[in-house]
Amino acid sequence: MGTGHAFDEIWGHGGPESPRPEFAALSQWVADTPQAELHKRQQSAEATFRQLGITFAVYGDSDASERIIPFDIVPRVFLHEEWMRLSEGLVQRVEAINAFLEDVYGERRILKEGIVPPELILNNPQFRPEVAGIRPPHGIWAHICGIDLVRTGPDEFWVLEDNARTPSGVSYMLENREAMIRLCPELFRSFRVAAVDSYSDMLRETMRSVAPGARGGQPVCVVLTPGHFNSAYYEHSFLADTMGIELVEPADLIVDDDVVYMQTIAGRVRVDVIYRRIDDDFLDPLVFRPDSLLGVPGLIAAYRAGNVALINAPGNGIADDKAIYSYMPEIVKFYSGGEAKLPNVETWRCREPQALKYVLDHLDQLVVKLVDGSGGYGMLVGPTASKAEIEAFRGALIAEPHRYIAQPTLALSTVPTVTDTGLAPRHVDFRPFVLTGSDGVQVVPGGLTRVALKEGSLVVNSSQGGGTKDSFVLLPEGAPAQSQVQS
Amino acid sequence: MLSRTAAALYWLGRYVERADFTARLVEATVRLDALSARPAGEAAWASALSVTYNDEAFAATGQSISQQPVAHFLTLDMANPGSIVRCLEQARNNARAVRTALTREAWTAINRLWLLFAHRHSPGGAASTLNLVEGVMAEARGFEGAIHRMMRNEATLLIQLGAAIERADNTARLLDVKYHLLLPAGEAVGGVVDRDQWTTILQTVSAVTAYRWLYSEGLEPANVIDLLIARAELPRSLAACVEEVVEQLNALAKRTGLQGEADRMARARIARMQKTRAHEVIVSGLHEYLQAFIRENAMLDAAIARQFRFI
Amino acid sequence: MRIAVEHLTQYRFSEPQSRLVQMLRLTPSDTIDQTVLSWRIDIDCDVRLRDTVDGFGNKVTMLYAEGPIADIAIVVAGQVLTTESNGVVRGSHEPLPEGLFLRETPRTASDEALTAFARDTFGSGRDTLDRLHRWNAALAARFPGAPDLPDAGLSAAQAFAAPTPSSRDLAHIYIAGARALALPARYVSGYRQHNGGESAPHGWAEAWVDRLGWVGFDPSAGISPDESYVRVAIGLDAPGAASIAGSRLGQGREEMAVDLHVDRLGGDA
Repeated sequence: MGTGHAFDEIWGHGGPESPRPEFAALSQWVADTPQAELHKRQQSAEATFRQLGITFAVYGDSDASERIIPFDIVPRVFLHEEWMRLSEGLVQRVEAINAFLEDVYGERRILKEGIVPPELILNNPQFRPEVAGIRPPHGIWAHICGIDLVRTGPDEFWVLEDNARTPSGVSYMLENREAMIRLCPELFRSFRVAAVDSYSDMLRETMRSVAPGARGGQPVCVVLTPGHFNSAYYEHSFLADTMGIELVEPADLIVDDDVVYMQTIAGRVRVDVIYRRIDDDFLDPLVFRPDSLLGVPGLIAAYRAGNVALINAPGNGIADDKAIYSYMPEIVKFYSGGEAKLPNVETWRCREPQALKYVLDHLDQLVVKLVDGSGGYGMLVGPTASKAEIEAFRGALIAEPHRYIAQPTLALSTVPTVTDTGLAPRHVDFRPFVLTGSDGVQVVPGGLTRVALKEGSLVVNSSQGGGTKDSFVLLPEGAPAQSQVQS
Repeated sequence: MLSRTAAALYWLGRYVERADFTARLVEATVRLDALSARPAGEAAWASALSVTYNDEAFAATGQSISQQPVAHFLTLDMANPGSIVRCLEQARNNARAVRTALTREAWTAINRLWLLFAHRHSPGGAASTLNLVEGVMAEARGFEGAIHRMMRNEATLLIQLGAAIERADNTARLLDVKYHLLLPAGEAVGGVVDRDQWTTILQTVSAVTAYRWLYSEGLEPANVIDLLIARAELPRSLAACVEEVVEQLNALAKRTGLQGEADRMARARIARMQKTRAHEVIVSGLHEYLQAFIRENAMLDAAIARQFRFI
Repeated sequence: MRIAVEHLTQYRFSEPQSRLVQMLRLTPSDTIDQTVLSWRIDIDCDVRLRDTVDGFGNKVTMLYAEGPIADIAIVVAGQVLTTESNGVVRGSHEPLPEGLFLRETPRTASDEALTAFARDTFGSGRDTLDRLHRWNAALAARFPGAPDLPDAGLSAAQAFAAPTPSSRDLAHIYIAGARALALPARYVSGYRQHNGGESAPHGWAEAWVDRLGWVGFDPSAGISPDESYVRVAIGLDAPGAASIAGSRLGQGREEMAVDLHVDRLGGDA
């Protein structure tokens, strides 16, 4: 498929000369700002990111262990009405994810009623029997969700993937906005853009709201990072910093008498809420990985005793597993009682013989993914793959069909993007962030737009040549303007 | 504050100070090498290695002691844990581990200091070595400035405490090695003065002008020793470092309510220091005095680690 | 049968430890055929103990100790009253469905040789209980007199190829074979009274039989557990049901010593 057929979010189907009516002004701005100027601003943003150390590590690439993700200066814009519809779908989906987690670690009604095949849950390594029977404080499992979406038309959004473990990327959302306000203040004068900088406050309130019991006083919240060699460390420190809470490593925490403490220069301080950016496997060596020396011994005991809230809950991987993904429409319906407002991308489960046959017959048209893969690795994009790549994948599929799912290659929407040869449409996806606290579900008005910088490419992963853009959500007509720049 | 954070801040202070000191020493040694009429080269560079505790490691490389290899070893050699680049790497790792305790400005200063080195290979000749170390010194000033502009909280105090402990060690070591080199045993103080060598010492601790202000006589070894040991006006003198350590510990105690062994040791040290007279030290043995000072400084460092639960 | 258990586990450290956190699965639960009359855990130094239940329904005690600790002794002592049930487990607390126990773990990984042997032994009969008994008997015949030994860390496949697997290994082989044939199976740790000579806790397997529930099989003895067995904990494999999982903060090595007495008391009630 070519870029030409795709829906462009600013230019519509017609190209630069006939933008979508609501985007005429933005299109004009893009057209009026000289290419050299756009390049200059973009470089300035990237220089800032490098200085701040907003870098990420690429696995297996020791040379460029600290790269920055390329930034594109042309923003992606959601109209207010588009956003409202999207938000409703997101809230419904995240509520269903929480209900699903509560159920599979509790009563398992969804298995008893045959909505999801039991073996898909029970035999799935992401289902953690070690935490079965635990009810997290306030009954919330997925406090922070990142839902990956793609778009194919003005009102056609599809969920590509749910992230209910430790979704990253929110620091890009915030830093990209900072850069845009600094570099393109004129845009914020002509567009009324919802502010995203309240994210840290929202997250802190969410954390506080799920603190266990009433101990009196403000609950002590921390961010738990594996350490500064982790590829997302910048984000961990950024979040702790902007929330004004401690950034701790496993060795800073101890558990005594089923209570978690951090070690400070003045002695131990009790911890109530932990936003952990560490995988389940490395949370508590006594429970998950007896061979591991990492983690906080006793943490799960403290969690089971109800003395600490873990954000997100351990065991959440079962909700965003690719094998479960294809059942999400049924799952949403089961818990919400209504049809899913945000559809899934059609998915063939290769574990089912008929689906496998279809997939093998249409490999050149499909995207095939590893059920347990991430970061764009272990993935075949049929239309752009070589014959040899397709044949290699065919072998892998036949050998282990249960490890794969396949999806059609959607005509992903594009957004004009600065390239070496001028502005050109490039495919994008989107990750909005949804917070769930004891007081409800909120969608942050913004998110992370990832863009495939290579012409025609559909792979947006930063490790494979993807970049990011700011994502504007426009305020409704007549809403009070939010001060983002001095006017 | 987390104990780990406290340790990282303290060591951040120490490593930046160490990198800065090494840069000064290399700069002064390049100048000495260039100025000397006779080939002072080997002795000058040997003493630079010795002052920075790098003599054995350099010998193990099998290279000859001369400007190019030694300057490279002390500045850019990733294989040498005592090189400036490795000190900065350690400083940056510590800073990264405690990013939330630093201001953006302080972090960017450290990051810039590191980026200065990220893609350099050889310091080349004298001119490019001087360029490089001047860059380090300038950026280190930038970092110090950023620290001064931070809130005067535990984080700032711990960085400054680390820097003061490191500085005390550096000055004592500089004086010990150079003095030993200039006045071998048996030779009386006041003999033939190697002006250039003594100037090197003053340059390394930024004290050339201070010396002129404080002493009307020309360059006298006894005065240099007095200045570097007992004159608290000079920020890099032992007296100043000792005072600063007490001040930082006091301020920390005020903020955290924690006082202990380190406070007691530091106060005892300042009391003794205030009675110290340079000429008495020279008479009773400068080397022994400095060795004892260095040992005590190391003990104080260990006491600080215990008191703030670094381990 | 009235069974008295006294089980000492002692750790010695080459250097004092500054902290210890241990998870103890050392307390049996009541079932219809197993009544815990008395049970206590005693530690020879200052510790804090917290009782809880893990995800599998096992009784767990968390142990927290502050250093310096050069050694620590954990003594479990109690009495249990058992009745014969032909290995059928009745009235146990089962928070997880049997389907979970089809999962392979690294320790219960099978290979072609093991799976082929299991397939041949199980045959194709319709009576699951009968097939499970055949599998038990076949393993007992192939590996007679498997001893209770400390864990060697073998997978089921490795143990199957080894000359003298331990009772724990044999249970892993049993589980791997059953799971390979889509029969849920799990590991049980506990005690077995057989006229002295117990040197370590015992391990065996349980498999799921529709309409009966969990049924025990001890391939090291070639029987289903009788009234001389005390069930303590279950898991997907031996590490998952381990008596003690521990973590220590400190340098040096550790040595562990175990002393175990499982005695039959008079006065059956």
